[in-house]
Amino acid sequence: MRWLAPIPAPLRRAAYVVAILSIGVPLLLRVLGFEALPAAAALLRGSLGSGYAITSATLVRATPLILTGLSVAIAFRAGVFNIGAEGQLLTGAAAAVAVSLLPGLSHSHWNPVIALAVGASAGGLWAGIAAFLRVRFHVLEVISTILLNFVALYLVGYVVRGPLQEPLHIYPQSSTIEAAARLPRILPGSRLHAGFLVAIVVAMAAWWTVRFTAAGFRLRASGANPEAARIAGEIDVARAGASAFVVSGAIAGLAGAIEVTGVTFALYENISPGYGYTGIAVALLARLDAAGVVASGLLFGALEAGASAMQRDAGVPSVVVSMIEAVIILGLIVAWPLQGSAGRPLPAAEPTHSGQQ
Amino acid sequence: MTDQIANGTVATAFAEATVRTATPLILASTGELLIERAGLINIGLEGVILSGAFGALVGATHWGGGSALGLAVSGGAGMLIALLFAAATLGMGSDQIITGTAITLLALGGTGTLYRTLYGATGSSLAIDTAGRLTIPILSRLPVVGVAFFAQPLITYLAFLLIPATWWFLEYTHAGLALRAIGENPTAALTAGVPVLRIRLVATLVAGALGGVAGGVLVLSQAGTFVEGMSAGRGFIAIAIVVLGRWHPLGVGLAAFLFAATTSLQYVAQALGLAVPYQLILALPYLLTLAALAGLGGRATPPATLARVE
Repeated sequence: MRWLAPIPAPLRRAAYVVAILSIGVPLLLRVLGFEALPAAAALLRGSLGSGYAITSATLVRATPLILTGLSVAIAFRAGVFNIGAEGQLLTGAAAAVAVSLLPGLSHSHWNPVIALAVGASAGGLWAGIAAFLRVRFHVLEVISTILLNFVALYLVGYVVRGPLQEPLHIYPQSSTIEAAARLPRILPGSRLHAGFLVAIVVAMAAWWTVRFTAAGFRLRASGANPEAARIAGEIDVARAGASAFVVSGAIAGLAGAIEVTGVTFALYENISPGYGYTGIAVALLARLDAAGVVASGLLFGALEAGASAMQRDAGVPSVVVSMIEAVIILGLIVAWPLQGSAGRPLPAAEPTHSGQQ
Repeated sequence: MTDQIANGTVATAFAEATVRTATPLILASTGELLIERAGLINIGLEGVILSGAFGALVGATHWGGGSALGLAVSGGAGMLIALLFAAATLGMGSDQIITGTAITLLALGGTGTLYRTLYGATGSSLAIDTAGRLTIPILSRLPVVGVAFFAQPLITYLAFLLIPATWWFLEYTHAGLALRAIGENPTAALTAGVPVLRIRLVATLVAGALGGVAGGVLVLSQAGTFVEGMSAGRGFIAIAIVVLGRWHPLGVGLAAFLFAATTSLQYVAQALGLAVPYQLILALPYLLTLAALAGLGGRATPPATLARVE
C-alpha cells in the first residue's frame, strides 16, 4: 500500500469506510438475498433523509457511542484494555436514576447536573474496582472488566425489581423521572437533547488533555512504551494507567446518565443495546484519537439509526449493522495494524509492567 | 417442595446441573488453554462459541442432520472463526485483543443476521431434539451423582476425557513440549527448529473447533434451540477459567467445575425457596471468579509471551 502513502491517514481511512459502505454492504445484502437498493435507500432515509432523522435519530444515537468511544480510546491509549464500558455505562445509568428519583431532588433544576455528576462518579467507581484489582492483584483487566459487565447487568436487573421498581411493582423498571430532572431539548421539534453537546465538549476536552497536557503525555507514554516511560520519563506507569482507567469509566458512566436523563427517562434492563461494546469499534475506527471518535461515533450513530428504518421499510434485519461495523473494524486492523506511538505493537494485556518492580 | 428435599432430589438436580453447565465450559476453556500455552489469547472465544451454536442449529435443522451433524457443523463454524483470528494475528500481525473483540462483534452481528434471514424476521423459536443420553448401567443408579455423571450425552463424557488427554498431550508428547516452548520463548523455539507459526495455527484451529463444539452443546444438549447472543458471556468466562486454573489442564477442569457449581446454586436456592434476590445469585459466579482471580494474585504465572505480537 506504499503508493497510498502521500494521502493523509485519516483520508485513507475515510475512503476505505466509504468503499466498504458502497461496495461491501450492497454485496453483503445481495449474498443474504435482499434487494440492496431499497435497503440502502431506507438506511439513508432513516439516518440522513430529513432534519428530523439527522437530529432525532442519528445525533441522539451517536451521543452514547461518542462517549463510550472516548472512554475506550482513553483507556487503550494508556495501555489499559478496558472492555467494561458497558458495565460502567449501566452503573452510571442506575446511579443517575436513583439520584433523580430522590424526593428532595426530583423537582430541582439542578437535578440533571447532579445526575450526570453522580452517574460519572458511579462509572468511575465501577472501573476503579478493576483498576484496583489490576494494580494490587495483577488481575487482567480484560477479564475483570468483562466479568464486571455481567455483574452490572444483574445489578440493574435487581434494582429495577427491588429498590428502584416503579410503585405498582408490576414492570421491571423504575418510575419515570420528573420533567425538571430531564436534560433540556436543544432544538425545537426534535428529540435532540443537551447530552449531545456534553459529549462534544467532553471529546474536545479529552483531545486537548491527551495532546497538550502533562497528564496526557504521561498517559500516551505509559501506553506506547511502559518500560521507557518508567525508566527515561520517571513516570509512575501504574498510576497513570489507573487514572486513565477511572477517567475512562467516568466517561462511560456519563454516557449512561445522559441516556436515562435525555432519552429513556427511566431505568430498565435493556437500556443499552451494547453501547459499551460498540464503543470499542468506534474507538478503533478513530485510531484511539478523541477528535476521530466524534467522526466515527457519528458514522456508527447514523448506521444504527438507519438500521431501524431499513428493518421497517426493507425487511432487512437491523442486526446486519453490527456485522457491517465488525467488517469495517476487521478490515481496518488487517490493513493497518494498530501500533503504539513508539512504533511497537500495543502493550500486552497482562499488567506485568504495573509497577511491581 | 419439601418432599423434594426429603428425597434428596435437590442434591441430584444440583449435581446434574453442575455437570451440564460444566461441559461447554470445559470444552471451550481447554481449547483456550492450548493457545494460551502457545502464547496467544483469543478473546474472540465468545464469538467462536456463538458461531458454533449457530452452526449446530444449521446442521441439525436446516441441513436436517440431527445432533451428530449439528455438532460437526458447530466445530467447523468455530474453526472458521478461529481461522479469521489466525489470519489477522498470525498472518498480519494485528493486535490479539483488538482482533478478538472485533471477532466477537462480528459473530454477534453475523449469527443474528443469518438467523433472522434463514429462520424468519421474528426469529420464531425452533425446537431441536436434544442429543440422546448414553446411560451407563448400574453406575447411573447411584444416589445423587448417578444421573449427573453416568447418564449424559456422549459429548459430556468426551469433554471430561479431554482434561486428562490434554494434560498428557502437554506433558508427554513432542508436540506438547513444542507448544509450551513457543509460549515461553518463541525465538528460542524457532532457533531450535520448532515450526512456531504452524503449531500456533493448528492450536488456534483446534481451540476454535473445541469452542465451536461448546456452542453446539449449548444448543443440542441444553437449550434445544438457538437464541441470539445465547453464549451469554461463556467465552469470557472460559478465559477467566484458564487463568483460574493456572494454565494447567487439571486446574482448568477444576475451575470449570467450580464455576458451574456456583451457577447451579440458583436451582438450590429456587428449590429451597431462599429469599435471596434471583439476580444476585446469577451474579455470584462472576463475583466469585473475580475474587478467586484476585486471591491468586501474582502467584499464577501466565506463559511468558502471552498476547504479545512477534
